[in-house]
Amino acid sequence: MASFLLRRLILAACVALTVLTLAFTLTRLSGDLAISIAGPSATDADIAIIRTAYGLDRPLPEQFLAWVGRAAVGDFGESFFFKARVSSLIAERMPITLSLGLTGLGIALLVSIPLGILAAVREGSWVDRLVQLFAMIGQAMPSFWLGLIMMIFFGLQLGWLPVSGTGSWEHYVMPGTVLAFSAIPALTRLTRSGMIQALASDYIRTARAKGLSRFSILFKHALRNAALPVVSIASVQLGFMLGGSIVIETVFALHGVGFLAWESITKNDFPVVQAVVLVLAVIYVVLTLLADLFNAVLDPRLRG
Amino acid sequence: MSLLEIEGLEVTFGQGEGRVAAVRGASFSLARGETHCIVGESGCGKSVTSLAIMGLLARGATRQAKRMEFDGRDISRLTEREMSRLRGHRIAMIFQEPMTSLNPAYTIGSQMAEVRTRHLGGTKQAALDRAAELLGRVGITAPGMRLGQFPHQLSGGLRQRVMIAMALMNDPELLIADEPTTALDVTIQAQILRLLAQLQAELGLGLLLITHDLGVVARVAHRVSVMYAGEVVENAATADLFAAPRHPYTRGLLECLPIPGKVAPGAPLGSIPGMVPKLTPGFTGCGFRSRCSLARAECAAPVALRGAPHLYRCVVDA
Repeated sequence: MASFLLRRLILAACVALTVLTLAFTLTRLSGDLAISIAGPSATDADIAIIRTAYGLDRPLPEQFLAWVGRAAVGDFGESFFFKARVSSLIAERMPITLSLGLTGLGIALLVSIPLGILAAVREGSWVDRLVQLFAMIGQAMPSFWLGLIMMIFFGLQLGWLPVSGTGSWEHYVMPGTVLAFSAIPALTRLTRSGMIQALASDYIRTARAKGLSRFSILFKHALRNAALPVVSIASVQLGFMLGGSIVIETVFALHGVGFLAWESITKNDFPVVQAVVLVLAVIYVVLTLLADLFNAVLDPRLRG
Repeated sequence: MSLLEIEGLEVTFGQGEGRVAAVRGASFSLARGETHCIVGESGCGKSVTSLAIMGLLARGATRQAKRMEFDGRDISRLTEREMSRLRGHRIAMIFQEPMTSLNPAYTIGSQMAEVRTRHLGGTKQAALDRAAELLGRVGITAPGMRLGQFPHQLSGGLRQRVMIAMALMNDPELLIADEPTTALDVTIQAQILRLLAQLQAELGLGLLLITHDLGVVARVAHRVSVMYAGEVVENAATADLFAAPRHPYTRGLLECLPIPGKVAPGAPLGSIPGMVPKLTPGFTGCGFRSRCSLARAECAAPVALRGAPHLYRCVVDA
């Protein structure tokens, strides 16, 4: 287990370093940063001053090392646009994004795992077909559209839930549900196929030959083996929910990290862009690592 | 009274046109403390018969029987819940595939203990103690260590020993073993077979052993049922069957065996020409008639078992 952990950690560090390099070079490739910082009315002299002030005249490797060195201690510099520390900008918005993402994943798991199990147990029946139809519709539905429909129905017509903002937990119900719909189809299908495969396996036949209860056969013996791909994909989906929820954050006016990323990209606020990409990448890496660890807990064969 | 009494067992798979009759009226009985072998080639319905008795047939299979009694109790109409109280408790089963029959996610100890606590209650620790004792009994060294191991850490032979020990957790009266040695190395096969025979004798188990290997039958069986095309074609005490086989199929099978002293070295072994018929529903009569040199017109009608106690299902007098 120790060597397994070490291997995964080294791999995670490599991925993080790669993303770090990409985030840095891609922002540099998007044009002359000094010109965009200075703005359209700046003179050549202004641009030259800015270039020196921000260290943009130094060789790229030197800039990169300086940035990595500062990033390592949590210093991402200052936002050009917000005139605030990038780290505090992100820290301010992270709770919103985390609440939204975790709500989304929670709802997604609560819906897709029972549905997937139900479909697998009743494979080929109308229940199974209904679940698959639901998954297909969920897959095909654009999230901004679902968000708007829900706002109109639950927010305006029924008045049950607030349509925007972040004041209370109720604010997260609708965006969380919409976000969950991006993960539900895949997770439902994975649970279903995993359970079908597990239920057809020899060890389930053994469990039945042992006279175990239906509950134990389904949840102890089958689900644990069927859960492995679900865990892996759920972690990727959570990463996506944390980083890619720009549409949802915009629709529901939640000013989370996704919204911040979008704002700073349009304003060429590269310290923020770099930092957001890095933070999200690290979150992805950590989530994947956690999923691998969790799977190793579930399946001893992965601990080698 | 016999421990297991099967009469007219029929199993079909699928529906409509594609329906296949896997077992067509199989009958046999097994006494307490007896080893009964069901022998036959692949596809003759012997494994399906064992799964049908356990109530473990795959979905889409239908089972019917004139009589299906375990210890005097009709088990053909038990609900799944009632049947699950017998399985693993009074009737246990081991399978052909030791490599995949244990759950990869749980330790040997946990998988063995749960079958004890499920049926007899008691603490997990008591169940683990029992498991360790049985692992020792099936010839596994360091049982305490094995309890904490996972299936993938064990060889096929060890896993089959674990399966056997697990089947014995609740002192079953009937053990059904479906080709328990087929997937193992030849040397391990002999060990497992010896172990089964020894446990059967020591514990007074009723052992229903499914096999395609007449050598296995000769070594361990008290009684044999020969199955062909979903029917029991001959049922006799082992010695009688080998000494004087009555059904043409059994005779054909025995001629295929290289028995030292009977078959000269280098002499060709017998073979049975033709193929097993496709058993669509509506197929009646002797399943062997298309391959049989003695076949007559009346073989196409259902043939009854006769000649007790050495039963055979053939219109030709043996």
